[in-house]
Amino acid sequence: MADLRELYQEIILEHCKQPRNYRALPAANHKAEGYNPLCGDHYTVYLNVEGDTIRDVSFEGSGCAISKASASMMTQALKGKSCAEADAIFERFHKLVTGQAESNGTQALGKLAAFSGVSEFPVRVKCATLAWHTLQAALKDQQEPVSTE
Amino acid sequence: MTSATHVVTENFPPVAGRRSTFDVEKVRRDFPILHQKVNGKPLVYLDNAATSQKPESVLRTLDKYYREYNSNIHRGVHYLSERATQAYEQARQAAQHFINAGDPSEVIFVRGTTEAINLVAQTWGRRHVGAGDEIIISTMEHHSGIVPWQILCQEKGAKLRVIPINDQGELLLEEYEKLLGPRTKFVSVVHVSNVLGTINPVREIIELAHRRGVPVLLDGAQAAPHVKVDVRALDCDFYAFSSHKLYGPTGVGVLYGKAKLLEAMPPYQGGGDMISSVTFEKTVYNKVPHKFEAGTPNIAGVIGLGAAIQYLNQFDWEQVEAHEREVLAYASERISSVPGVRLIGTAREKTAVVSFVIEGIHPHDVGTILDQEGIAIRTGHHCAQPLMQRFGIPATARASLGFYSTRADVDALVAGLHKVLEVFQ
Repeated sequence: MADLRELYQEIILEHCKQPRNYRALPAANHKAEGYNPLCGDHYTVYLNVEGDTIRDVSFEGSGCAISKASASMMTQALKGKSCAEADAIFERFHKLVTGQAESNGTQALGKLAAFSGVSEFPVRVKCATLAWHTLQAALKDQQEPVSTE
Repeated sequence: MTSATHVVTENFPPVAGRRSTFDVEKVRRDFPILHQKVNGKPLVYLDNAATSQKPESVLRTLDKYYREYNSNIHRGVHYLSERATQAYEQARQAAQHFINAGDPSEVIFVRGTTEAINLVAQTWGRRHVGAGDEIIISTMEHHSGIVPWQILCQEKGAKLRVIPINDQGELLLEEYEKLLGPRTKFVSVVHVSNVLGTINPVREIIELAHRRGVPVLLDGAQAAPHVKVDVRALDCDFYAFSSHKLYGPTGVGVLYGKAKLLEAMPPYQGGGDMISSVTFEKTVYNKVPHKFEAGTPNIAGVIGLGAAIQYLNQFDWEQVEAHEREVLAYASERISSVPGVRLIGTAREKTAVVSFVIEGIHPHDVGTILDQEGIAIRTGHHCAQPLMQRFGIPATARASLGFYSTRADVDALVAGLHKVLEVFQ
């Protein structure tokens, strides 16, 4: 159970039950779809980018606790950030969930550090990163749905 | 050349007579893999619909083949080849008797159920299906019972028609009857659903099709391990099943076809062993079943399947079915009593599968938490996305039984599900 509590930390379960920014964004000027057909995780990420700044970000869809909480916390972490900052945060987040994090990098992630337990469950990395890859695809206006499977 | 008149009995290890009573603990001792710990907990293997485990006798047969008589078949002038050929053809006879086919030549060895269905679509289908024709399948098909027919329909301009189901996961026979019409060329349905566990009324399905002269293929991947299959009593035209779900090795399956149909069908793949003579101008094909077995087959796998069937033959099938029914009833009752659980698939005629969803908890999370408890189940769409859409869900958690499954396995699963609730409360 110790490992499980590492994976399913309180904050993750809480975001799964009450996801933040969980809605369509009428003012979105970018959006993309993320879909992992084997799991059934399926999300749309909406962005409103002005100049180089992410003014607003939201998501909709369904999936497992890890993918949904990751999407929810991502929207909180990236609102108001520049695109370059968003890339840097994703890079740190990716290192964290794949077990390659440096300690100062984890600190800079704030609440997202709760996903450190994912690195012990390699098959769940695809869940934790789906929304992030979808966001990157939205920034590039990619039409095809993204998959991390 | 290939009739196994001189049967070498030592190719398959001897099994100790017929077992008069079904003792599940004794059965479990035949499966070495079951006796291990996973994540520090005794393994509880409930993913038998994905693949079953293999008894010691199958493992020994594979080992013995490679150690003692590995060689190519059907062209040997030497001892090893003759012995391998005999074992291979002996497995064909074992498979023939297992499904009560009339003749060993009606048993074609393929890679699995998927290849068996593709074979029929690409040979019988390409010859007989044309523009505007219709092929009937069902809502509860595995993707391997959908896509091969879609490919054929796209090529020929034919149409797929789909038999609907009710909320319990039972085929609507009246609707099926309405779908059968002058353009119907073929019917292909699962005998048992891999997601719902429903045992379909295949006799009626076949009879209704035959009244209109339409042949029927049954996908028996999930049925063969749990239901006594008698292709002659069913009068099906084709029957497909996989070795690896029947306690045999992976990479091997059987396509049964009525001799008349097989003989009239064009070959599937060209190559060695499927010919009688080749010149650059013309090739004369070999007789069935060899016409459909181009190239060196999975010899070890086929012989291993023979050993699996021989292993199963020592059991009284009615006792196996009774045991599985009892564990299934217990599992359905216990699992559905877990708070928030809803069973997907509650047909009156069911076998070996309990699919379920838990309110507010994604199946993938259920699977991860159970894995920590040493419990192996399957989560996802189970290669049946149209069926998931029918039930309006992206995925299910699925516990599936083998004949070595016990009430204790179910108890462990239910305790695991309570852990899931605890984590998510």
